[in-house]
Amino acid sequence: MDQLGTLAETFFNWGSMRSAISDLLTTGVPNTLILSVTSAIIGTVLGLLLAVAGIARTRWLRWPARVYTDVFRGLPAVVTILLVGVGLAPQGMQIWGPDPYPLGILSLSLIAAAYFGEIFRSGIQSVEAGQLEAARALGFSYASAMRLIILPLGVRRVLPAWVNQLIALIKDSSLIYFLGLTAGQRDLFRIGQDSAATTGNESALVLAGLFYLVLTVPLTHLVNIVDRRLRHGRRVDDQGSGTPDSPSPSAPVTAPDPAPEGAARA
Amino acid sequence: MPDRRLTETAVTGTAATRTGTSFSPVSLATRDLHLSLGGTPILRGVDLDVPRGHTLSVIGPSGSGKSTLLRAMNRLLEPDRGDVLLDGESVLRRDPDLLRRQVGMVFQQFNLFPHMSVLRNLTFPLRKLSRLSREEATETAYRQLDLVGLRDKADVRPGRLSGGQQQRVAIARALVMAPRVMLFDEATSALDPELVKGVLALMADLGREGMTMVVVTHEMGFARSVSDSVAFMDGGRVVESGPPEELFETPRSPRLRQFLADVL
Repeated sequence: MDQLGTLAETFFNWGSMRSAISDLLTTGVPNTLILSVTSAIIGTVLGLLLAVAGIARTRWLRWPARVYTDVFRGLPAVVTILLVGVGLAPQGMQIWGPDPYPLGILSLSLIAAAYFGEIFRSGIQSVEAGQLEAARALGFSYASAMRLIILPLGVRRVLPAWVNQLIALIKDSSLIYFLGLTAGQRDLFRIGQDSAATTGNESALVLAGLFYLVLTVPLTHLVNIVDRRLRHGRRVDDQGSGTPDSPSPSAPVTAPDPAPEGAARA
Repeated sequence: MPDRRLTETAVTGTAATRTGTSFSPVSLATRDLHLSLGGTPILRGVDLDVPRGHTLSVIGPSGSGKSTLLRAMNRLLEPDRGDVLLDGESVLRRDPDLLRRQVGMVFQQFNLFPHMSVLRNLTFPLRKLSRLSREEATETAYRQLDLVGLRDKADVRPGRLSGGQQQRVAIARALVMAPRVMLFDEATSALDPELVKGVLALMADLGREGMTMVVVTHEMGFARSVSDSVAFMDGGRVVESGPPEELFETPRSPRLRQFLADVL
């Protein structure tokens, strides 16, 4: 038979796919989501702290943040996962037993935090100095100006980059198979891989790959929508024409005639 | 006549001062103010007096320390030596964050929060700093927007406004905190010529109504017609100061004469 048929048989064997699909759906998808969502949350919180520490005025915050970022961004993910997941296993054993998930999530979070931190830091640093100055001139302390104004503003600007990293995290979550998983703990990759080994062709792995795409591709589109929304505010003022002096349709109807320029009676 | 106790209660804000319809301005003065940035002396002994309700215009070539002077007044920059007196009291002994709530500042680049609507730019500091309820803050903000003629822009992001409108919102944002002194840092320098008038008129109104104001400006017309006194700065010092007629008609120092010849 022709090569094409062989390829189709290797990658798109319906029988192999059908035998894997229920495991992928009921075990693989939830596990991959648990791993990536939990590490994304922890990683984001740690990343925000790293970013703020990274731009702090005192070197006692800046330096540790710098070193942390260099180490966890510089190491291959597998190395970190094995060092944390295997190296800390005895300690983990005493706290939560033989489950590899907590340490897996910890290592994924530590890696993600390094990348998230750099993304957030660049966002915060892109905020004009005048914003901090204006906030402080109003009476906000440095800490609250950062937390309430600069951070939200900076994070918005790097949301697309943050999602990119989130996608990387979803993919990297497959690496925790190095820690050894029971049948019920297997993620998308592991199930696809196991199934491919049993059936002798790669179709189940192709299907697992498709599941990854279903998780990751919509994310990029979602972030573009959110990004646009954050940039321009709610739809309300999108309907207003672009010229600054046209009346806004969202203005309250109770508004009196606009006073002439400079009619302050403050 | 505002006494010291009033100065302190205004930090938490009283109903009357929150509305933006009344304010209790105080005097502002500097004494032998010195300030260096990165080892370079910027202010080299500045003495100024702005009586309550007066408008002082500060003019001078760029790099003469005008903007730095304003930032030393509300301690965005810490003076190395000398003192700033708000209502006769040194500001250096006070909590700078509380001090700044009483000193409104308006910037050349407006510096409105771009991710918040115009309304929220005003309500945000009211809610977070003055701890007003959502209703109180919104009501206060709308009233202030009325006064600068921009109520109809309340739901718009600042980026949608013209520069002149943005600067009026920025003035409203400063006023909504019921400051007792207002500082203007070249408030019209970034504006297209046709938008300058509206902002200057707003500032002039504010001064007429009795706000104590320090206005760093390149608008000689404003300095001359609106201010109660004018200070000419050069090289980190006040070279000459006095009533506007005096400074503009009979400048004594050669540097001021040269400056006026250059800009007029």
